[in-house]
Amino acid sequence: MRKTQLTVSLAALSTSAFLLASCAGGSGDAASSSDSAASGDVQELNALVWCDHTDPELLAPFEEANNVKVNVRDYEGTGVALGILEQSQPGDWDVFVVDSVDVPRVAEAGILAPLSEDDFDFDQFFSEVQLPEIHQLDGTLYAVPEKFGYNTVAFNGANVDAEKMRDLSFLWDPELAGKIAIYDYYIPVMEFVGLELGIEPQNLTVDDLPAIEARLTELKAQAAQVGDVVSTQTALATGEVDVIVGGGEFSTSVLNAENPDLDWILPNQGGIRWQQAIGVLADSEKQDLATKFVQYIVSPEGQAALATSSCYWGMPANKNATLTDEQKDILRWDEQSAFIANSYPYYIPDADLDAAMLDVWTRVVVG
Amino acid sequence: MELTRRWQGWVFVGPALLVTLALFAAPMVMVVLTSLYRRSGGLTDRTVSFDNYVRLATDSTIHQALWNSIEVVALTVIFSTLIAYPFAYIIAYKVPQKWQALVLLLTVVPFWTSYVVRSYSWLLVLAKNGVINQTLVSWGIIAEPLTMANTRFATVLAFVHFFVMVSTLTIYASLRQIPKNLGLAARDLGASPLNVFIRITLPLSIPGVVVGAFLTFVLAIGDYITPQIVGGGNELVLPQLLMLQVSRMGDFPLAAAMALVLLVIVAVVYAVSAKHLTLERRR
Repeated sequence: MRKTQLTVSLAALSTSAFLLASCAGGSGDAASSSDSAASGDVQELNALVWCDHTDPELLAPFEEANNVKVNVRDYEGTGVALGILEQSQPGDWDVFVVDSVDVPRVAEAGILAPLSEDDFDFDQFFSEVQLPEIHQLDGTLYAVPEKFGYNTVAFNGANVDAEKMRDLSFLWDPELAGKIAIYDYYIPVMEFVGLELGIEPQNLTVDDLPAIEARLTELKAQAAQVGDVVSTQTALATGEVDVIVGGGEFSTSVLNAENPDLDWILPNQGGIRWQQAIGVLADSEKQDLATKFVQYIVSPEGQAALATSSCYWGMPANKNATLTDEQKDILRWDEQSAFIANSYPYYIPDADLDAAMLDVWTRVVVG
Repeated sequence: MELTRRWQGWVFVGPALLVTLALFAAPMVMVVLTSLYRRSGGLTDRTVSFDNYVRLATDSTIHQALWNSIEVVALTVIFSTLIAYPFAYIIAYKVPQKWQALVLLLTVVPFWTSYVVRSYSWLLVLAKNGVINQTLVSWGIIAEPLTMANTRFATVLAFVHFFVMVSTLTIYASLRQIPKNLGLAARDLGASPLNVFIRITLPLSIPGVVVGAFLTFVLAIGDYITPQIVGGGNELVLPQLLMLQVSRMGDFPLAAAMALVLLVIVAVVYAVSAKHLTLERRR
């Protein structure tokens, strides 16, 4: 009898342990950093960033040189970052990586601290990405450009004809049915679909949404998956799909060594150009250290590490980034002028249009 | 003396009470409050309103996501129970008692791996060039790979794999508490083995079935990881829609309202199944 009770107890205990274990299986994307600076009299710097800044290879040199521990929390989408800042205490965060197009509204809200232009060598930046009209407000610098790339089409060249991919409309061809993954960031993807309809992103209005929704619904019917950067990358790498809509160099460059057939292209209709900037938060109590971190990120060494981050690759804003020739080839360094000419800056809609676009997106993907 | 005893009670209960208040009640109040705010102009408007609940009541997209959740979870509960019951029965009645603890342990061992890793493993197994498709194609059973990954089928399969173990343990615990004498007496009176099972074993093991089904329901209805990884985002369930509001819009108020809807659903299911939610034998 005691044995029966013991076994039943074991069953109950196993259930409890299992449930606890399953609860502990979260993704846990809170602060992290390399361990290199986790000893001695170490300062801490808290950075709200896109995931490419979480790479220890990027953070370690700064941490070691300055005896500082950089705590990073990654996010996707400025709306989320603003939500996190809203729920934080003033001074919780020191550094903010943000889409360049959002810098004006973030600076206007008093979130970013003014930067001194003297702290940065703008001659080192590609002229196309300097964009003082975005990074400055009333003549004051608030953020520095750091990385850019394209939301366009990534594909497996072994299974899909690259020449056909040059026509954006080919995505709707029955030949690609079930072979497409759609990157789940609705703003660039809907703007990209808009390009196929002849709508330039900066001209997109609520009135255009029904046409975009119809076209997006057709595209969704072609898709095997709608997912984030990692899951769409996985689908492409494992052969589950042959095309990522909304993907680009950030989807395939990091996989190039394993499979050189994974490529990306800017269709004739163009693509969406994303660009990130980095600044210091106005409430930071470590303005000098935060500025030093920003200077490191846009330095040639910092830019090389950021451009080839393990999370995703992208073009560095600094043309002196210490990249190898092979890395430059993967990033298509020499073709950037043509790419920039044939792409549209990532356009952030106002709050109402943004909400309307998310409504369209959810209608399409809920199924 | 009476006063001292009362204080002793508070001293013993106090720490647990404080932990519950700090880690459950207070956050829950914050979630309720947040659900009454709304996202406006890219910022949180802290004016109290029921806008989010009105939207939950009227938005057909949200209804569809909720319905997707209920369908997926219902399928998971049904298949998990159907697989777990015979498995638990075999362990309880067919495996020698001295080996039962080991078999139970072996049942749990595969689940010591990360939940995320297990979900990704299913994705690779079900992929077009995964083990199943490669085998079927190489044996000539199918000409083209089947689409299994990134579907509802994949989500339910991964859930069932995960929750069969939970139900097995709860059903096993229930089966083990049924006195053997009952079955022996029934057989002695001429009942067939099937009759013994239908009229004695099954009714008395219902508490274990309900506990397993309830745990499966609670854990699956709020799960985001499995539908996201193996479901492929083709058919959103409510937790995915909730995360979309948070991760893309920073709309914590609407997300909080959705979370409370999930909580209410769990509470309703609890209320319905409460009388069976025990593994102790009833007298």
